Amino acid sequence: MPLTASPSTTLLPDSDGQEYQYTLNFGPQHPATHTTLRLILTLEGETIIKAVPDIGFLHSGFEKLGEDLDFNQYVTIVDRMNYISPVANEIAWHHTVEKLLEIELTPRCKYIRTILAELARISDHLLCIGAAALDLGALTAFLYAFNEREKVYNIIEEASGQRFHPSYTRVGGLMNDVSDKFVELVRDFVKTFPPAHADVVRLLNRNRIFVDRTKNVGVLTKEQAINMSASGPIARAAGVTRDLRKDEPYLAYEELSSSFQMVCATGGDCYSRYLVRMGEMMESLNIIKAAIENLPSGPINVTADGKYTIPDKSSTYRSIEGLIQHFELIMWNRKFDTPVAETYGANETANGELGFYLVCDGGNHAYRARTRPPSFIHFSLFPMLIEGHQISDVPAVLGSLNIIAAELDR
Amino acid sequence: MNEQTQSVLDKYQGKYTPYTHLNDQYVSLTASESAEVLYDLLKSLKEEAGYDYLCDIAGVDYLTYPDAEDRYGVIYALVNTESGARLFVKAHANDPAPTLPSVYELWNGSNWMEREVYDMFGVTFQRHPDLRRILMPDEFVDYPLRKDYPLRGLGERHSMPSLTRAES
Repeated sequence: MPLTASPSTTLLPDSDGQEYQYTLNFGPQHPATHTTLRLILTLEGETIIKAVPDIGFLHSGFEKLGEDLDFNQYVTIVDRMNYISPVANEIAWHHTVEKLLEIELTPRCKYIRTILAELARISDHLLCIGAAALDLGALTAFLYAFNEREKVYNIIEEASGQRFHPSYTRVGGLMNDVSDKFVELVRDFVKTFPPAHADVVRLLNRNRIFVDRTKNVGVLTKEQAINMSASGPIARAAGVTRDLRKDEPYLAYEELSSSFQMVCATGGDCYSRYLVRMGEMMESLNIIKAAIENLPSGPINVTADGKYTIPDKSSTYRSIEGLIQHFELIMWNRKFDTPVAETYGANETANGELGFYLVCDGGNHAYRARTRPPSFIHFSLFPMLIEGHQISDVPAVLGSLNIIAAELDR
Repeated sequence: MNEQTQSVLDKYQGKYTPYTHLNDQYVSLTASESAEVLYDLLKSLKEEAGYDYLCDIAGVDYLTYPDAEDRYGVIYALVNTESGARLFVKAHANDPAPTLPSVYELWNGSNWMEREVYDMFGVTFQRHPDLRRILMPDEFVDYPLRKDYPLRGLGERHSMPSLTRAES
């Protein structure tokens, strides 16, 4: 049976016999898509009159796996959704689990998670801006951005032992406490990041080519942004004043709310999205600065009475209570006690609102772990944004939406 | 819950079950109530109570869920962008032909979300402009997130038709 590819069903009805319109396949393997996604563009000359995204190339059943793995095991899978800022996904996932199990984190854990979430945001925005600039021909900004991303990876490696997919959070806490060197590295980053940020600003903000190719390209109005469920920097660049860190403060954002501001723009075009991301990085840095200087002492995990956290190794090997709890949480037929309930928890990640709709049936893992993936929702904006633009605007709009195919397809 | 929301909900008195869980407001509709009032309720919530932002549409298969009455649940997560308030509307549908009205006319953003629910659970959305599979290939016949679909699949990977150069 030949594959029935979607273009035949999605071409314009009146396009038959019109020789001046032609169809261009963009992807699945194309340098400007960065990952695996496909666009079927209907062109009239070089003007795009219709774009049909075809996704699912990276679909690997994450949500089905979420129904099979327990809350701590699934963290390795959520890591791989938005792999540009994996820690933020972990924090969002465990935020939802802890909301359902009604666990209140310790202050130290909240602060460390906040620092990591903001570092992840900086890392994500740097990649987004660097790669978008690279696609538009500005290689230098990309190198400056990646130089800083390496430092973020060093910090995450110092905390968790892993650079890319740290799997660092656990239900009710973290895998381990951070070291003094972590604090040192973060302080160092806070000092060295502003000059690097200023370099990128100098390279791009008034760069004639970059500005010409991003200004008034892919314009999203505020009404469209709300109607199309856009969130995060894309919605804020269109003038939607919505940031979950301010609107529904979680972790330590309530205590740190005086140290940062919501960054918004009104243009709604690719350039505004770039500016919002650049602004957000500095606000993130302010949060990190405030959090690292006020890092509370104390335990990182909630108390053992709740039977939710894996005890540390010395307690597992040297005390009967620790051993029992470790056994209870690790054995496949024990694990977590869940209520028969469901909840939705969302975090403001770099790309937008990353939410999980978690359903539990009283068993030891999730009954349903729905992800609200920001990339998926933002990619559905793409046909609307690109219509009427030139084919060379595709990389600009794709880059500004920051589509991560692993999160798009899950 | 503010006054406008309450007055909208009062219009549909008896057609839904409200409850609060972990400080979140839920409105639950049974399968028959969903078919009857879901679209109108969402429309009133959007236009009269200011829930202008559709955050998410989540599908759930309640096949083996304790005390579940209806099989498929579709949860509409609404947000009021002015006040930041959230409201979750839970609609239900049943076999053999689970169907719900599409909310595409209210929120264009629901396009892909409804396609995903259709793709994963086989719930069809009436009046959806382009209801096709989105993540799974077009020739896939099952609905992978249903509870009676096994984790490791039914061997589709090995029996997928391979495309030859001549056919392509």
